Amino acid sequence: MYFKLKIWRQKSPEDKGGFQSYELDDVSPDMSFLEMIDVLNESLERKGGEPVHFDHDCREGICGTCGMFINGRPHGPQRGIATCQLHMRSFNDGDTITIEPWRARSFPVIKDLVVDRSAFDRIIQAGGFVSVSTGGVPDANEIPISTSIANEAMDAASCIGCGACVAACKNASAMLFVAAKISQLALLPQGKIEAKTRAENMVEQMDKEGFGTCTNTEACEAECPKEIGLVHIARMNREYYFAKQSSESLSEREKVHEG
Amino acid sequence: MNLDAKIPEGPLVEKWTRHKFNIKLVNPANKRKYDIIVIGTGLAGASAAASLAELGYNIKSFCFQDSPRRAHSIAAQGGINASKNYQNDGDSDYRLFYDTIKGGDYRSREANVYRLAEVSSSIIDQCVAQGVPFAREYGGLLDNRSFGGAQVSRTFYARGQTGQQLLLGAYSAISRQIANGMVQIFPRTEMLDLVVVDGQARGVVVRDLVTGKIESHSSHAVILATGGYGNVFYLSTNAMASNATAAWRAHKRGALFANPCFTQIHPTCIPVSGEHQSKLTLMSESLRNDGRIWVPKKGIKGLTAKDAVHIPEEERDYFLERRYPSFGNLVPRDVASRNAKMMCDEGRGVGATGLAVFLDFADTIQRDGRDMIEQKYGNLFDMYKQITADDPYDVPMMIYPAVHYTMGGLWVDYNLMTNINGLYALGECNFSDHGANRLGASALMQGLADGYFVIPYTIGDYLAGMPYEKIPVDYEAFQLAEKNVKDRIENLLKINGNRTVDDFHKELGKIMWDYCGMARNEEGLRHAKQEVIRLRDEFWKDLKVTGTNDELNMSLEKANRVADFFELGELMIDDALQRRESCGGHFREESQTEEGEALRIDDEFSFVAAWNFTGKDQPEELIKEELVFENVKLTQRSYK
Ligand SMILES: Cc1cc2nc3c(=O)[nH]c(=O)nc-3n(C[C@H](O)[C@H](O)[C@H](O)COP(=O)(O)OP(=O)(O)OC[C@H]3O[C@@H](n4cnc5c(N)ncnc54)[C@H](O)[C@@H]3O)c2cc1C
Ligand code: SF4
Ligand code: FES
Repeated sequence: MYFKLKIWRQKSPEDKGGFQSYELDDVSPDMSFLEMIDVLNESLERKGGEPVHFDHDCREGICGTCGMFINGRPHGPQRGIATCQLHMRSFNDGDTITIEPWRARSFPVIKDLVVDRSAFDRIIQAGGFVSVSTGGVPDANEIPISTSIANEAMDAASCIGCGACVAACKNASAMLFVAAKISQLALLPQGKIEAKTRAENMVEQMDKEGFGTCTNTEACEAECPKEIGLVHIARMNREYYFAKQSSESLSEREKVHEG
Repeated sequence: MNLDAKIPEGPLVEKWTRHKFNIKLVNPANKRKYDIIVIGTGLAGASAAASLAELGYNIKSFCFQDSPRRAHSIAAQGGINASKNYQNDGDSDYRLFYDTIKGGDYRSREANVYRLAEVSSSIIDQCVAQGVPFAREYGGLLDNRSFGGAQVSRTFYARGQTGQQLLLGAYSAISRQIANGMVQIFPRTEMLDLVVVDGQARGVVVRDLVTGKIESHSSHAVILATGGYGNVFYLSTNAMASNATAAWRAHKRGALFANPCFTQIHPTCIPVSGEHQSKLTLMSESLRNDGRIWVPKKGIKGLTAKDAVHIPEEERDYFLERRYPSFGNLVPRDVASRNAKMMCDEGRGVGATGLAVFLDFADTIQRDGRDMIEQKYGNLFDMYKQITADDPYDVPMMIYPAVHYTMGGLWVDYNLMTNINGLYALGECNFSDHGANRLGASALMQGLADGYFVIPYTIGDYLAGMPYEKIPVDYEAFQLAEKNVKDRIENLLKINGNRTVDDFHKELGKIMWDYCGMARNEEGLRHAKQEVIRLRDEFWKDLKVTGTNDELNMSLEKANRVADFFELGELMIDDALQRRESCGGHFREESQTEEGEALRIDDEFSFVAAWNFTGKDQPEELIKEELVFENVKLTQRSYK
């Protein structure tokens, strides 16, 4: 197969960056999208040029490291997969493919297609955990959990933290990512105890990081490689509203009373 | 050098309890005076960092990914073992211990393995408390499956994403400690050297992968939890960036490297599709519970999965069921892999390359219905289809063995300390628990056992004897190590030859796979050694690395790692040469039974081969730790 590639090149965070065009021939339909970029990079390097930098690791859709904005869509044209799971057979011979990094204020570009997603880590640090230390916990079977609850928590927990939801959203909102964690832990009895403070703290951090607000365009759900559903955003909103009303953080409760 | 594994006295089942009582403790108020560096945020590293921070130690945690949540552990699919005996099917700590020792073909330490089994149950408790959504039964209790040849159901799982869920649990624990200020996290930072002062590990030199800055960090102890070295083979199921550099640099600073030739080849991976192949994808072993493995009785060139459907029963050879009637498709990994290779060597392999066998679900789908299969393996089937464009609900899957896990690693004693004082190795990066072959679902168990339940105890014993004083990073040993790192990077950048890193890495991988892979023999190994040396020389003469050190530079990162793979690859070959027996994943063609099974030679090779680096281009020194078996009787493994 033959492709024309338009790829975003940006030397450093300070560099303005711009598109560069490349042509690639003899691409096998069995190649993954990233293997296609590997081939391009090999040829660039042989000629002494710098390879196109991109993030990747597991190459099987689970680590959440990869992420390219392909022809205007995060992770490319196919639903329910990450960039590394995309294969060239999803394209037509002769296509022009445009490849950009995630674009969002809270995900600054480091180089070419590599962005800084550490904002996600800071949101988890704000409360995406159950406060238990190692040891001294009850037997794993002490608290039964219905399969439907466990399944729904698992659906939410499948988030790979790739950031496609942010990249897909015209407001660059991180709601789906944040909701997935809040929802997972709110569903499970182990996470219920801290559900309120968790929702408050994570949402507060999300705002601090400069992610946009959610205006229900639903683009995130459509582009999420793990098909995390909007139901989790609804659950998070409930948790958050409830938390604000009966906040366990006293200063927060005063705010609600005042306003 | 005399190796002391520091195995505690007393009966097997009491060793750990006694040891925990006997070891020294650090007073709670004094813990914050100690700094510990943890390299790696996989299951072993994240669980260790979090647990040690909870105790009050100051932790610095490093990983090369952009977030600790992305460590290679995330990719584990199948599950994690624990001897809970929730299924009432006769499991116990002793049975898990016994299975693991036997599965490892009697090349691991009894005491370590027993402890692993003993703490396994606590791991499940811990993970559930963190909110890990394990699979459950209708009554709300945890579900188990049998996995990887075990005859009890002791494997806990979270769909096909167990590693992800366990890692996210450990990541949440470390995140909590980052928020508490007890862990300082350094993502996109790679350790490139270990600093040893007066025989004690006192810090590391790292490179900031974004800016290229080389920097030293000082501490009272260093923990390596840096994963395995399967990527020596270029193609493996490991994540692309998994590498051996941290362990290898520690080795060159004096840490012994144990059993480097013990690598695990996993039988159920998606076969190579072409030259462009960058990594191999594992299809979870759990598929062998319901899939039947076969090849045609008579070789058919280029047989496709679509055509296979029409091959009548009597022309199929279900070779594992035929050769191992009692275990059938569930024989251990090494046995399953070797048999698949044998079939392909006989010319009965299938697919375009002839390097594949079928894994067929037709019978199970007919018996249990499509829904049932979809529930159990839905995501795996989708993944398979995504990659190969074949639909396994309609046609059999094609699979072939691939490098998957490395049992070898840094030598550690019972306390998980290497022979360098204050340097610990956890998880896949040590050699300790899996002998010559690892059983399914036991790496996750080991990583978390090491991090949550072993190191928090054993490190105290060491630190209790340490002064609080910190060594400043302008100390000579740090400066020398930094210079060492900088020189090497400069050397890599200035070669300016013609071949790319990947090009070299591929060639190295092929040599290793052909001669030090599923089957090994003296002649092949000797040849491979010459080839690796030749290629390494060429690497240092003809490598091309573009860009500079002062920026994010993918090719430079890789070059650094591949340079170490060359040296480690050579040691793997030496180790395979030295071990003239077959055991577990190490199959020496010269040592097999009449039926073609691996033949151990216990009176000569019941030892751990620990290698000592003696200097550049010098042969490494082999040091043996004799293995003593007081509780199990060594038998020839039989899965007939
Ligand atoms: C596809 C697949 C499926 C698997 N499925 C199972 C399963 O079902 N059950 C099971 O028990 N086991 C399974 N395994 C094995 C298991 O996943 C691994 O052995 C285990 O997760 C290793 O964990 P770890 O913490 O030791 O290392 P890793 O998870 O590999 O983590 C290594 C860490 O070290 C860091 N690091 C490495 N070098 C450096 C350096 N120089 N500087 C800084 N940081 C560094 C990395 O950034 C990373 O954070 C599977 C393995 C694969 C490949
Ligand atoms: S919610 Fe989906 S798109 Fe967003 S980070 Fe998680 S997996 Fe990626
Ligand atoms: S590389 Fe891991 S999800 Fe794509």
